[in-house]
Amino acid sequence: MNLEKVVFGFFIVLAATLNFGFFVGELDNAQHHDIYELFAAIVVNLIATVLKFGDRTQIGAIHLSTSLVADLQLIAAAAVWAWATHIAGTGLDAAWTAKVVSLSGGALFANVVSVIILIAETIMQRR
Amino acid sequence: MIYSRHRGVIFLVLRRMRAPLAALITIFAISVLGLTIVPGVDANGEPARMSFFHAFYFISYTATTIGFGEVPTTFTEAQRMWVIVCIYLSVLGWAYAIGSLFALLQNKTFQNALRTERFAGEVRRLSEPFYLLCGYGETGRLVTRALDHMGMRVVAIEIEPRKAAELDLHGLFADVPALVADAGQPDVLRLAGLEKPECLGVMALTNNDETNLAIAIATRLLAPKLPALCRCQSVEVAANMASFGTRHIINPFEKFGEYLALALHSPSAFHLLEWLTGITGNEVKPHRDPPRGTWVLCGYGDFGRLLARALDEEGMTVTLIDREPPPDGTRYRWVRGDGTGAPALLEADIKSACGVVACTGNDVNNLSICVTARELNPDLFVVVRQNHFSNNPLFQAFDSDAPVVPSRIIAHECLAILTTPLLAPFLDHLKASREDWASRLLQRLTGRFGWRVPPVWSVRINAREAPALFALLMPAGPEVTLDALMRDHAKRELSLDCEALYISRDDGSSTLLPSPDYAIRPGDELLLVGTRQARNHLALTLENPNTLDYVLTGNDMPGGWIWQRLSRRHET
Repeated sequence: MNLEKVVFGFFIVLAATLNFGFFVGELDNAQHHDIYELFAAIVVNLIATVLKFGDRTQIGAIHLSTSLVADLQLIAAAAVWAWATHIAGTGLDAAWTAKVVSLSGGALFANVVSVIILIAETIMQRR
Repeated sequence: MIYSRHRGVIFLVLRRMRAPLAALITIFAISVLGLTIVPGVDANGEPARMSFFHAFYFISYTATTIGFGEVPTTFTEAQRMWVIVCIYLSVLGWAYAIGSLFALLQNKTFQNALRTERFAGEVRRLSEPFYLLCGYGETGRLVTRALDHMGMRVVAIEIEPRKAAELDLHGLFADVPALVADAGQPDVLRLAGLEKPECLGVMALTNNDETNLAIAIATRLLAPKLPALCRCQSVEVAANMASFGTRHIINPFEKFGEYLALALHSPSAFHLLEWLTGITGNEVKPHRDPPRGTWVLCGYGDFGRLLARALDEEGMTVTLIDREPPPDGTRYRWVRGDGTGAPALLEADIKSACGVVACTGNDVNNLSICVTARELNPDLFVVVRQNHFSNNPLFQAFDSDAPVVPSRIIAHECLAILTTPLLAPFLDHLKASREDWASRLLQRLTGRFGWRVPPVWSVRINAREAPALFALLMPAGPEVTLDALMRDHAKRELSLDCEALYISRDDGSSTLLPSPDYAIRPGDELLLVGTRQARNHLALTLENPNTLDYVLTGNDMPGGWIWQRLSRRHET
């Protein structure tokens, strides 16, 4: 067992699970989506991205790109949330909630791809 | 170091910065999260928690030491307490991240990787023809400077960082990409653009025969069409190089031996050779011709042996002075001793000798020999070998008749081979010629162009080098004589200040000193000597159809299509 692999797998899976946790629930119901969970998802995604830096293999490149996509989507979601609560003046109503959650849904897809690659890589090595 | 995998300095940075960046993200996350949890108050004094948006805003400007104050409302004591923790955490995080980055930038391996990367990039972007130079020593410096003056690009590889750094100080016109590496490694040569189509030739001028051999082999296998010029001092390595088809092997001592033999045999031919192969613009002084008689040779090493043979072949008597008896049981007279003192020189009969050759491996000894010998016999012809270029002032102060400076000999030879390939066959003719012929030619040429080394260049009549003339001649055009071509493009009554020395036809025949009514044919290659201005004018004539037309016929052709149409109608 390799501690580096444990940490790597941990962050990738945690990024996906947190993302899923935020996404699940009614699309436009703000009660179902906790902002702290979105925050945690962003942080864990960023750390997962950094951990993927510097791998020159083909699979490493795809890993990094999926992570970058997830980061982009989640940060966009956070920006939309900040706009809704602080700038738009309407508060987090159903329309805004739907926007935030659907953006995080896109990130979830990227995270799922990332997890699939992780699994595929593990199976390929057969160890 | 593996040079072919040097494409990813950025990856190296990212890999090394993984831990610091992860730490920084974690610190930011903890700070922001804490700030949203710690109880605060809103603008009306009601208890409220800070939103993520405000918390991230606050931490961003605090962690980066910008510090706008407590926004949006004044903080509670509990929030201030947490902010203290955040400030120290963020200082730690930045210190760690920036410290790691600087440590990486200071790292020798990383710097090396960065330099190699930059060098590879420069070579990749190089779209002009260039020469690959291995070994930037004294010879390399001379060759680089001369090529730079001619507007040719050079890429250099040098193993010593100190010498490579000198490249920036030498005030060249063009940038010379330089790599500090062992040129004997094929990867290094490849990185330096050996396989690029723009590479015109390879010069192996390191002071290590083995490295030069390795370069020659790599060139032969990786870029078989490129000419490789190799400096080489040992006979075995030279034979090895020749065995796989290295065309230009330059042994400075052998070359000097040849020159000395030529100077003895035909002084004018030697002067002519010096005048044609020197570095353009340098003055060649008409110096004393070596006399015929007995020669005293001090130091019977590799060079001594070559010179003794050269002198012997010209029918001179040779007396050797060396501490050891000659190993090959030679038939020359041998005096034991050290030429630096008078006794050995007197024993070798220096007073009745006509020349002395000081060719030991030690510069100070060589000078000492020459000074002593000249005191004993002021009329001696002195040949002195200079081993290190740093001793140049000493050798200049001592006015010898023929200094042997290996770096200079190699540099001249390289330049002659690379820039004017036609010079070699011409010089062969010259070496085989009779003294009176060479003397007449020398007088004529130096009378016309002076004793400064003139530009010597060659032109091939083909679509690339002489498009206008080639187009005119190609479908069985008019006869163009040498005299008609070499005229001033502003006033065709004046002929250009240049002369054709040698013409080689593509059917293999050649003409030495062609007459003015020689008819030029496509595919001819001309060896020309003349002024820089004449060279530029001739280039324009060969390139521009209108200029060519004026030079040949005297018609001043209008340039544009409309004017051409109008003038044609006017004529008819």
